[in-house]
Amino acid sequence: MNAPLIGARVQRKEDYRFLTGTGQYTDDVALPHQTYAAFVRSPHAHAVLKKINFEKAKKAPGVLAVYTGEDLAAAKVGGLPCGWLITDVNGKPMKEPPYPPLAQGKVRHVGERVAVVIAETLEQARDAAEMVKVDYEELPAVVDPKKASSGTPLHDIAPDNTCYVWALGDKSKVDEAFQRAAHVTKLDFVNNRLVPNAIEPRAANATHSRADDSYTLYVASQNPHVERLLMTAFVLGLPESKVRVVAPDVGGGFGSKIYLYGEDVVVTWAAKKLNRPVKWTSDRSEAYVSDAHGRDHFTIAELALDNDGKFLAMRVKTAANLGAYLSTFASCIPTILYATLLAGQYKTPLIYCEVTAVFTNTTPVDAYRGAGRPEATYVVERLVETAAREMKIDPVDLRRRNFIRDFPYQTPVALCYDTGNYDATLDAALQLADVKNFGKRKDESAQRGKLRGIGYACYIEACGIAPSNVAGSLGARAGLFEAGEIRVHPTGTVTVFTGSHSHGQGHETSFAQVVADRLGLTMEQVEVVHGDTSKVLFGMGTYGSRSIAVGGTAIVKALDKIVAKGKKIAAHLLEASESDIEYDRGEFKVAGTDRKKMFGEVAFAAYVPHNYPLDKLEPGLNENAFYDPANFTFPSGTYVCEVEVDKDTGATQIAAFTAVDDFGKIINPMIVEGQVHGGLAQGIGQALTEGCRYEPSGQLVTGSFMDYCIPRSSDVPFFKLDTRETPCTHNPLGVKGCGEAGAIGAPAAVMNAITDALGVKDVAMPATAQTVWKHLQEKSHARV
Amino acid sequence: MTIKVSMKVNGKPVSAEVEARTLLVTYIRENLRLTGTHVGCDTAQCGACTVLMNGRAIKSCSIVAMQAEGADLMTIEGVAKPDGTLHPMQAAFKENHGLQCGFCTPGMVMNALDFAKSHPDPTEQEVRESLEGNLCRCTGYHNIVKSIIAGARAMGGKI
Repeated sequence: MNAPLIGARVQRKEDYRFLTGTGQYTDDVALPHQTYAAFVRSPHAHAVLKKINFEKAKKAPGVLAVYTGEDLAAAKVGGLPCGWLITDVNGKPMKEPPYPPLAQGKVRHVGERVAVVIAETLEQARDAAEMVKVDYEELPAVVDPKKASSGTPLHDIAPDNTCYVWALGDKSKVDEAFQRAAHVTKLDFVNNRLVPNAIEPRAANATHSRADDSYTLYVASQNPHVERLLMTAFVLGLPESKVRVVAPDVGGGFGSKIYLYGEDVVVTWAAKKLNRPVKWTSDRSEAYVSDAHGRDHFTIAELALDNDGKFLAMRVKTAANLGAYLSTFASCIPTILYATLLAGQYKTPLIYCEVTAVFTNTTPVDAYRGAGRPEATYVVERLVETAAREMKIDPVDLRRRNFIRDFPYQTPVALCYDTGNYDATLDAALQLADVKNFGKRKDESAQRGKLRGIGYACYIEACGIAPSNVAGSLGARAGLFEAGEIRVHPTGTVTVFTGSHSHGQGHETSFAQVVADRLGLTMEQVEVVHGDTSKVLFGMGTYGSRSIAVGGTAIVKALDKIVAKGKKIAAHLLEASESDIEYDRGEFKVAGTDRKKMFGEVAFAAYVPHNYPLDKLEPGLNENAFYDPANFTFPSGTYVCEVEVDKDTGATQIAAFTAVDDFGKIINPMIVEGQVHGGLAQGIGQALTEGCRYEPSGQLVTGSFMDYCIPRSSDVPFFKLDTRETPCTHNPLGVKGCGEAGAIGAPAAVMNAITDALGVKDVAMPATAQTVWKHLQEKSHARV
Repeated sequence: MTIKVSMKVNGKPVSAEVEARTLLVTYIRENLRLTGTHVGCDTAQCGACTVLMNGRAIKSCSIVAMQAEGADLMTIEGVAKPDGTLHPMQAAFKENHGLQCGFCTPGMVMNALDFAKSHPDPTEQEVRESLEGNLCRCTGYHNIVKSIIAGARAMGGKI
């Protein structure tokens, strides 16, 4: 029997192709006779679309077609749908304005698609796109969510630019608890707007075959089946059976490649019109204005405490910026995935959260790594740390006084935590971070003229989205199960098909570990296939750290069926009763004897059924399964950040970062550590360097890697990591998910450390050198 | 206006008629169909397009193909041994989990090859400074830095 593979640091199967330049990303796909699309985009944030003059472009060299919103409307191409219906405080459905793939009548953000030019070469398409002259009548723009309701309406359906006002919790009870509080901590802050910035820009290449009226779309997507479902059912009105969506190697997603985008629709539709493949690849400048952004909340948050520092209630009011249109999952991010996380790791008995979601003349906002949970964690952990300072209680002690310790635990904000051990991760983090010697390090920093601060964040997240019945009752318009298939080949090797999609997460390795371990195979004997609707039976894709908890469980369910059928075959081969067959990692044994058949022998018998119970059992060994989770999973952990601030320049360095996470069972610690590293860097990016700036006119000032700073290698340290393991109670692997934790916990830890170093209540993210320097100046002036 | 360009790529002489404005990266990806060299931005920031030109790491998005006339280029496809065995720097990335989605990886490896020639035993600080022009969004750089330190030691100053 092979050594156990679950829990092993197995090197990745996918690395060879990426390291030798033989991966295949969407832009690497070259289809015979392909044409190239260039989009004409709005330079204005808000304007009436008067006339699109494209005659000159149409006659330019190599140009095959120019299409506008009118062409799509005439062809009855529908708008881009939103996948989640939020019901407002008055029981009314959210306002859902039309979202045409190419603008119709008006443009509502800089970068909105106005027309597409398709030509023989990319250069010809781009040259001709510049010849398209559009007459705009500019309208006043609104970009600040706090000012949206008084701004010029974007959509007729929402005259106050409000999509919904939504609330969770009992307001009167919460208000009453605040009345009797010994202490109230109040903070108001902006959770800064971020651009996901996967290094591979979005791309799509579509082809249509007249032979059978079928389409194939290669697209940089995190969920090709969802893309197909949305595009066929809601936009193009095509049978799904005629559309194949392939998401080949995808160069990072972080949420931005979940959604159905207008570009994908346009190239697919145009491929049939032109009877040629149509390819589009975003450049980075386009990505900044057309990829869905993340976060962008303005929040007023309050925590009520009694004399002993026990939390009595939390009250949160948030204005969430949705941008100009409803992106695919935009509506559920600042509601279902945000307010439900406000209990954090604490027994706060009463919580009320009210969210006003508004339209503004900015790029649409949707899920970005963490999606609602970083925003919630920021609220909770900034409040807790601030309350501790105000009440002069040690921040670690205050957290311990309020930790949830009895599970399952029903929070006042809808979620039921199945398990957790928050003391364990906190204890481990304190030790790993050597917190007891922080004072010495602070003194040492001071000798070098630096201010050192320490900050904590004890986060919780809800992963493994989601039980479909719960999601459905909350407004989801799709199921949130996952599908998997195990195809055993006659010689005993296995192909695994998963509806999860890997775009950096290493599923080809970790999913193979799960299967190889169960079937007693080597890693080389198991291949994992994902990302192609013509191969994988179905899938809801990868987001919300759901792949191993939901996709992995679907595979385990399929494995159970394989083993069950294998037992029947083995019983026949061994001339024993099926009930006497025991199975363990590749060996079918007759209980209490040394008689056994190996997995490979059983597989061979299934495909060469010469000695096989054909009267009782079909030949072949191929099983699929759908898994709909019983609950969310609840990864948690403690992060400790130490910063050093330069008193003269305000420049802030992460001096040390410690993360202790509880992801339940871990399949591959090497991959999990990598996921945490990446999440932490994005969380540190939000805290220190990243943030969109819009001019009041709606121009994005931070529209390139030169103006919007994603962390460089010198912005982050080596991270100190550890894990604690409280297995999830409701899936067979005991797994929880690890993809977003770093981005969820890091911003609060960093900002708690910076405010500690500066001795101020709050600093706005991103805490750039300039921002921190201003605080330092204010403090020194105050002293004088 | 088209112009003839000739150069050596991964040891093989190649030549083609290209438009004068054709970027080197476009020539590599579209004309030569060597798609391991990637494009991640349009401002020469991300480094995904890094190749070696006459042994030096350059961003192939920031010069036009004709500027490489007569040059000796190496792209990611030319790094492993002819039998497919990974180069020590590539192997170090695999062993240290220095890549996730793989998109920035070719640029990271090409830049590291140039760096390691002059830094056979680099410090963390030196490696981080060498990555100023290469962006990664997946790894938080932690394992990339470890990979380059290990790869440089394995190379001993020689590509």
